[in-house]
Amino acid sequence: MFYLAAALLIGAILAARSVWTLPALVNGLGPVYFHAFLVGWITQLIFGVAFWMFPVLNKEHPRGSERLGWATYILLNLGLALRVMAEPINGLRPQAIWGWLLVLSALLQWLGGLCFVINSWGRVHPGSRRRQENKT
Amino acid sequence: MPLLARLLVKTALIHLALGFTFGGLMLANKGVPFYPALWRLLPAHMELLLVGWTVQLALGVAYWILPRYWQGGRGDTRGVWLAYFFLNSGVWLVILTGWLGLPPFWFLLGRLLQAAAVIAFAANIWPRIVSREGLG
Repeated sequence: MFYLAAALLIGAILAARSVWTLPALVNGLGPVYFHAFLVGWITQLIFGVAFWMFPVLNKEHPRGSERLGWATYILLNLGLALRVMAEPINGLRPQAIWGWLLVLSALLQWLGGLCFVINSWGRVHPGSRRRQENKT
Repeated sequence: MPLLARLLVKTALIHLALGFTFGGLMLANKGVPFYPALWRLLPAHMELLLVGWTVQLALGVAYWILPRYWQGGRGDTRGVWLAYFFLNSGVWLVILTGWLGLPPFWFLLGRLLQAAAVIAFAANIWPRIVSREGLG
């Protein structure tokens, strides 16, 4: 929800350029707007609902690895926050520090996505035999 | 989870991993340029994540979770099989058209296959969207 609100606010700021003259930093917010919306809101909502609703893995670990779940959350959000901060600044005044923060952001988000895929893969299964008989 | 839902969801997860990998490579390359041709991955990145991942996951979860017929489970599955093959061939046709520089006809065919996939899926799933009393 935080990223949805943030994305819509950034969208409003981008739209405001057609009315007022805004600082040049605002021009670099386009990709940030898209990714706050699509990664921060939609992808994260899907990850959250899938973690909650996908079939249980087994009795001991119904949602797979809780550690991987936490890793997904932390890596994705840390990576996205770094991008939101570093990308507009790097676009305006490219410097090694901002460039490497973008590399770090890319790595963290990629690892977050991978953690989700690994943890969800085993939960996409046929279910127990009794359940199958009831469901066809 | 039935076979078709598992196929849709797992294929979506593969597309998510691939889409995140392409996105991560492009973002890292934006921060510290190391291979300019990576920008050619942008259309594939968008296609994989918007259609290959988000749409396909939604179809898989809908097929799994929408109300089943009183007798006959999820009914005739041919439309959903068709949707699975159409959607994925559409996604890869659109991606390969860009990568291999194929004539625009193949791009159009890819998009038409994606539309046909959703129509086939909707036609199959429509009768399952009912109230608890069975009202449409």
